[in-house]
Amino acid sequence: MAANGNVRLHTPLGLLAELTHRCPLGCPYCSNPLKLDPRDDELDTATWARVFAEAAALGVLQVHLSGGEPGARRDLVEITAAAHGAGLYTNLITSAVGITADTLQKLADAGLDHVQISIQDSTPKSADHIAGYDGAFARKRALAAEVVGLKIPLTVNVVVHRANIERIEEMVALALALGASRVEIAHVQYYGWALRNRTALMPSAAQVERAAAAVEDLRKRHHGEIVIDAVVPDYYARLPKPCVGGWGRRSLNVTPAGKVLPCHAAESIPGLEFWSVREHALADIWKDSPAFNAFRGTSWMKEPCKSCARRDIDFGGCRCQAFALTGDAAATDPVCHYSPRHDEVIALAAVRDDAPYAYRRM
Amino acid sequence: MTEAAPAIPADARPRLPRGVRLVHSEAQGGWVLLAPERVFKADTIAVEIVKRCTGEATLDAIVDDLAKTFNAPRERILADVTAMLRGLADKKLLEL
Repeated sequence: MAANGNVRLHTPLGLLAELTHRCPLGCPYCSNPLKLDPRDDELDTATWARVFAEAAALGVLQVHLSGGEPGARRDLVEITAAAHGAGLYTNLITSAVGITADTLQKLADAGLDHVQISIQDSTPKSADHIAGYDGAFARKRALAAEVVGLKIPLTVNVVVHRANIERIEEMVALALALGASRVEIAHVQYYGWALRNRTALMPSAAQVERAAAAVEDLRKRHHGEIVIDAVVPDYYARLPKPCVGGWGRRSLNVTPAGKVLPCHAAESIPGLEFWSVREHALADIWKDSPAFNAFRGTSWMKEPCKSCARRDIDFGGCRCQAFALTGDAAATDPVCHYSPRHDEVIALAAVRDDAPYAYRRM
Repeated sequence: MTEAAPAIPADARPRLPRGVRLVHSEAQGGWVLLAPERVFKADTIAVEIVKRCTGEATLDAIVDDLAKTFNAPRERILADVTAMLRGLADKKLLEL
């Protein structure tokens, strides 16, 4: 199969379904765009059901029901049932606020396979401050217990930044106490709201080093007890992350309003033409939409990526980050030490202040 | 040679936990193990082993069946199965 020219078209594995941008929490590192989709623009139940059927036919295996807070959708149970009915593995990514015990039971009956709950910190006061929502921490603990009680596997997701980076051990202990089989230690990635709050969130190089050592130690200590996955803090990296496993290669993202993106941040790149599930079949979007073909393969690359031995390993890093930091989405992700602008990233990481968070709000 | 995996009781009845499924996908070109936010391609040997982890068959019975089906020495099958099941259990993909 060929997409543009002789670029090989891969089969996507995962679909991130952003069911809504509405969310009661205000986390200052939210991965949603600064311009959030209003409720009136959200896709209806039937359209999501069609998207799931088309995704399964395209070869997608897993759907991640996310947001915003997916619990803000009154039809979440029907949406989950439709995804399960299409044969997809269903993963609910939730803040826990807005998912009642009754809803969870209905989701379990509808075929929900897995739940991921975000935790902002190991102590209630700090966690609720970061989330910008009093009582969030208590609700997360309660939902975690309900998930485990229904024997649904639980992942605890911890987003790591300067305010909680010294408590990784405590946060993993909390995940264990909650009965999680997996914990994600995800250092903030600086897009959208996190980019806006970068100076308030950025840890120091010494903190990042200690955090990496802590994760290594915890992995050894809890081997076989809990799976610890880590997302690295790439401003301190020498090599870039292979973002979304390569542009238009493994996954796609559907926004609340129905636009299909190669990754959740792709709308931050100006000039890309995204197609909507309201007007196109998902398979056509995957194969032919200009945004998906913009950075597929390697022909769009410039030096030093073009002739780099790693070009098929990390695909030049992240396009959104290249644009955010250099103004050119086809440039080498400057996180890479081969980038001529790598020094600027190091300089940016050194700019830290304790300004109040700009909470994510509609 | 890698270090032998710790033994598994002969009467253990391994099974996939809720949230882990072995499925065949034409589009992905074969069998895959679906797990929380992860997908693992399963090779022929893995498929033959995991398919037998129903929660009903004992380790003993699984090894006997594989030894018979593939006409292979039981001891070698036991070592291979033990290593694979331990590896899966460590990744929370299997309950022993």
